[in-house]
Amino acid sequence: MDLLTRLSESLQGGDADQVAELTRQALAAGLAPKPILDQGLIAGMTVVGDRFKAHEIFLPDVLLAAKAMYAGLDLLRPLLAKAGVATGGRVVIGTVRGDLHDIGKNLVAIMLRGAGLEVIDLGKDVAPERFVAAAQEHGAQVIGMSALLTTTMPVMRQVVDLCRERGLYGKVKLIVGGAPLSAEYAREIGADAYCFDGVNAVDVVKRYLGTA
Amino acid sequence: MRPTVHLLSEELIERIVAEARDLLCTLGVEIHNPGVLELLHGHGARIDAAAQRAFFTPDIIDRSLESAPHGFKLYDSLGQEAVDLSGDRTNYTPGSAAITILDHGADRSRRPAAADYVRYAKLMCGLPNLASQSTAFIPQDVPEKIQDSYRLYLSLGFCEKPVVTGCFTVEAFELMKDLQLAVRGSAEALAARPLTIFSCCPTAPIKWSDVTSQNVVDCARFGIPVEYISMPLSGFMAPVTMVGSLIQHTAETLSGVAISQLTRPGTPVLYGGSPAVFDVRYETTPMGDIGTMMIDCAYNEIGKSLGLPTQAYIGLSDAKLLDAQAGFESAAGALLAALSGINNCSGSGMLDFESCFSLEKLVLDNEICGSALHLLRGITPKEDFPARARFEEMLAEGHLLISAHTRRHLRQEHYLPGPVIDRANKSRWAEEGGKTLGERARAEVERLVAAHRPVRLDSGVKQQLTRLMNAAALRAGIDRLPVSI
Repeated sequence: MDLLTRLSESLQGGDADQVAELTRQALAAGLAPKPILDQGLIAGMTVVGDRFKAHEIFLPDVLLAAKAMYAGLDLLRPLLAKAGVATGGRVVIGTVRGDLHDIGKNLVAIMLRGAGLEVIDLGKDVAPERFVAAAQEHGAQVIGMSALLTTTMPVMRQVVDLCRERGLYGKVKLIVGGAPLSAEYAREIGADAYCFDGVNAVDVVKRYLGTA
Repeated sequence: MRPTVHLLSEELIERIVAEARDLLCTLGVEIHNPGVLELLHGHGARIDAAAQRAFFTPDIIDRSLESAPHGFKLYDSLGQEAVDLSGDRTNYTPGSAAITILDHGADRSRRPAAADYVRYAKLMCGLPNLASQSTAFIPQDVPEKIQDSYRLYLSLGFCEKPVVTGCFTVEAFELMKDLQLAVRGSAEALAARPLTIFSCCPTAPIKWSDVTSQNVVDCARFGIPVEYISMPLSGFMAPVTMVGSLIQHTAETLSGVAISQLTRPGTPVLYGGSPAVFDVRYETTPMGDIGTMMIDCAYNEIGKSLGLPTQAYIGLSDAKLLDAQAGFESAAGALLAALSGINNCSGSGMLDFESCFSLEKLVLDNEICGSALHLLRGITPKEDFPARARFEEMLAEGHLLISAHTRRHLRQEHYLPGPVIDRANKSRWAEEGGKTLGERARAEVERLVAAHRPVRLDSGVKQQLTRLMNAAALRAGIDRLPVSI
């Protein structure tokens, strides 16, 4: 079994230490960072996502694999930056103002990072201004908004409206998620997509970034 | 702690059993089989030959209960232990001998064929919560004379699980026994590792036909386990009260136990039945009725008090389609059966009382049974004391999804049903096709049938099974079976 296949399989098994070790070995063997990322780490996460969707593995397995992905990605990221290779995209994410429920948002952030994306996590109770400012500051391609309370859902519309005001609308993709949300609501407020779970969020973001 | 439900007090059980014993001794049992009457006579029963009645003695009943095993096991066709019918262990098996089958999407059932039976047997291999298969329905594309044995042949040919079955005639027993001997190799091996259970039905009130009583005797001769299917119909062919129906059920079942044990002491038996309340509006015998289930659970308590393993037709439905009534009645029965500790619960896949089989319902029922079996595991601590460290971890990490404790215990603590049970949020459900229960069950049937792998019996055994079945087919007037293994 070649090194990158072993790397992919270690990631699928959620073995962060082994992923770090194999990433180091791949680099020491002279492999370029990009194929290590694509054929080792991302290939492994793609299998994990597919198996999750097929109910063969469960959320804990996906999260462990995502954490293992960090272990490899942390080693590759400086080298990829140095070589001028984009690492997949940048997402600003947060739970909207007035809402302190961040478990779902945190899971989505873990999975997005696990998919090789850079995630700027603004935390919870995030004002519309902070979403927009962070997206501008970091050059994010996607803003992800989460809410659990029906009373805080309207804040999402405020973020959308602020993006229109600042000229970001259409340039930055706006995605929403959370228990009371729906695709209909996303359409109604002018968001680009509703994501029904973390794996779905990864699929949606990758589709927008053209890396799916 | 195993969760349980009880319907009868010890005192009430004693009174019911005492009345049943008195009926057997003073009113007697009508038995249309001279050989069985002779057998009972030989052990002290008074016989009224003209009325074909046997009057039991307390000694016959006592000796029969003493020699009947408190439990036994079934073994698959490869000889591996598959079903433990002892203590309060609950096992599920499909319903038996339906005469029609309901196709997905159809609003009317039809007569099943051998090809349907093969799909059923293949499907059974992929349903982990159904420990045994049954000869679930009757293929109509073979002559009546071999319809019972042909089911067993196909079951053995396409699924390794042990089989709950039965004969329609006295003559069929020989072939059905020979099919089992072909699998096990000898009568001794078959008796040591039973492969089947034969259902044998007394007739209400307190009668045995020639065929069914002979089946009881024949099974006992070979140590083949029998389940007695007493069917008091409360308010029609049994007293309308539950206690009255239970007295009749006890008498009928004890008479069967005696026939088995006097033929061959130690023959494994199940204290079973298929009683029902009689619906005086529709003249039907609803199996999904709560009263029917109460009688089932109550006679289970009586059987256990007598030291016998038990069986019931429970967890099935009177609905004609795979609808909410089907789910409600099947789940109520399966759960009550589990809580009562009925050892062998027959009924999965069955609709329309006990006459229509649905592969899609079988898939749904497998999940119902899985849920019930999960319930039986009860609640026990698993690294839960002291608790503080776990909560500190949750506070530090924000969740416990990838905690080692979660990963160690997730699959035991949570029952995760298959895709037939919809647990997706609405958007994911819609994205995955927005399928109805019937559509999801249909997809699961197709997936599991396609995943079937050939049974691992030696090819010589398979050939012997086919030789036996072909010979029976020729005797029945056909020179070719619709499907061979």
